Amino acid sequence: MKINVAHLCFSYGDKPILKDINFQVSQGEVVCIVGPNGSGKSTLIKCMASLLRFHSGSIFFDGKASTDFRSMERAKHIGYMPQTASLCFSTTVFETVLMGRRPYSSWRSSTKDVHIVADILKQMDLEENALHNVNCLSGGQQQRVFIARALAQEPKALLLDEPTSALDIAHQMDTMDTVCNLARTRQISVAMVLHDLNLAARYADRIVMLFRGSVHAQGSPQEVFTSNNMETVYGVTASIQNNNNTVSILPVARCGSTQQASEKTRG
Amino acid sequence: MIPEQHSQHLETAYLNYKKKRWLLCGLLLPVLILSFLGSLAIGSASLSLSEVTQVLWQLISDHVSVPDTSAGIIIRDFRLPRISMGCLTGMALGASGAVMQVVLRNPLADPYICGISAAAGFGASLAIISGISIMTGLFFVVGNAFIFSLISVSIMLAVSGRKGAAPQTMILTGIALLFFFQAMTTILQYFGDSDAVKAAVFWTIGDLGKAGWGEISIITPFVFAGTAYLCFQSRDLNLINAGDETAQSLGINVTRVRILSLVVSTVMVAGIVSFTGTIGFIGLIAPHMVRFFVGNDNTILIPASGLVGAVLLIISDTLARTVLSPVILPVGTLTAFLGVPLFVYLIIFKKEMLQ
Repeated sequence: MKINVAHLCFSYGDKPILKDINFQVSQGEVVCIVGPNGSGKSTLIKCMASLLRFHSGSIFFDGKASTDFRSMERAKHIGYMPQTASLCFSTTVFETVLMGRRPYSSWRSSTKDVHIVADILKQMDLEENALHNVNCLSGGQQQRVFIARALAQEPKALLLDEPTSALDIAHQMDTMDTVCNLARTRQISVAMVLHDLNLAARYADRIVMLFRGSVHAQGSPQEVFTSNNMETVYGVTASIQNNNNTVSILPVARCGSTQQASEKTRG
Repeated sequence: MIPEQHSQHLETAYLNYKKKRWLLCGLLLPVLILSFLGSLAIGSASLSLSEVTQVLWQLISDHVSVPDTSAGIIIRDFRLPRISMGCLTGMALGASGAVMQVVLRNPLADPYICGISAAAGFGASLAIISGISIMTGLFFVVGNAFIFSLISVSIMLAVSGRKGAAPQTMILTGIALLFFFQAMTTILQYFGDSDAVKAAVFWTIGDLGKAGWGEISIITPFVFAGTAYLCFQSRDLNLINAGDETAQSLGINVTRVRILSLVVSTVMVAGIVSFTGTIGFIGLIAPHMVRFFVGNDNTILIPASGLVGAVLLIISDTLARTVLSPVILPVGTLTAFLGVPLFVYLIIFKKEMLQ
């Protein structure tokens, strides 16, 4: 599914958060949205998931405007994973993933739903824990459960808000491998917010870098992660290394003046 | 071939798991029937089970004839209405307690959290002490209690609705209303005539003895329709349990489901409170007992909490009638005596239950 964000603007009250955002996600592509705190990353992904109503501009999914979808129809096409996906009362892994089938059946889950969920659990390596409570699992396993739930929606696009924030480095890689594999094998388009720039550089096909509510740069990791961009957007001098086509970013020092400037606009 | 078998195995494991939970829930039905019959037999004049079933059969098969035996009169005029009311009340409190906990995302929420009991108490006190009521005749007190509890719910919804119906706002508004109506009741009592105050205080103490057949016929459709609606909403409540954003991204109108289930459960409980007074703890403890045994899937949790609530209240009422026989204690105090130790036990030894 091709996602096209065009001239998107959003504000809380009269405080503009997103200003004229433009970018595309092609079918099967993994796009990472990066940027400093308060640059509007989460707001952008929530607008894309139709959790927030934006003021002007549009978001097209395969040419259809997001506002033209009925909510159940949208849930069949677009999977969303929030930053904190806590269950108030813990349910079992199977029940939790089965929730992803809600858009397809209103009252009871059919045998087909159960079948699909069982397949996904196997694929996500959660069979051992299928009947355990989600809240008893490790952070990495929980994250896989919530990805599995989004997959149960059989979406053509996945929107993830910091899927790796609570994970150690091995589980970060596991999660990213899983997501990228899904993008490749099922041709799912993925847009995700990531804080970890090295992880983004390692896995993303394309990077969208936000700064103060606007797209500061977009393109391949090599194009976006330049020492110049790091300085203006993050206020950090960084040494950028390029090994075997993978960029890695090594922060060196903070540049005081730029940091104060960005601090001011945030406050 | 092998992976196919593997996920097949997973499916059957899940279906068996589910079947076991439903079976546990189904077992509650005979338990309810047994406690119902048992409590009909137990009392200051104890009857045998065969006498009870005989009278019940007479009442069902031929309700024109009045059973002339003392057993017949005791059951028809005293125990049956009382226990039926207990059954309905327990069901409503249990089911709506389960829903409140999910909708307000708080394991300590109970059906009275929107200030309904305090508002009903104020409505009743206003009628009894000052003789002011919106209704007349039979519903002079009960109607006033009901209307004031509805007013409390409406204020809560109006205030929290401005903040997008967020659970925290709802709880805080509910608590504020609770204190407001309590203070208003205190003022009425402070200036009231002592006999009237005594009657008003007596009214607010939860007791099943006030209900007759007329009241039961009003309450029954209320409770059954309300509980059925909550069971019908249970799948969407599961999604709300997974977080508002998740539910919304799965196509659910979170605000609508939250407000509708809240209104249905509070109106149902408001109706009950107006007839029985405040019976605490059932709405809190019944869902937690069920969570402990069958898990947190609302499709099973809500009906099972209703059944457990009914059983608990019937047992409490039987104890209330027999502990100091022939004195009948108000059942509201018994539920607290039974509920508090049970609840403390669950909190101390089953920590995983609360998170």
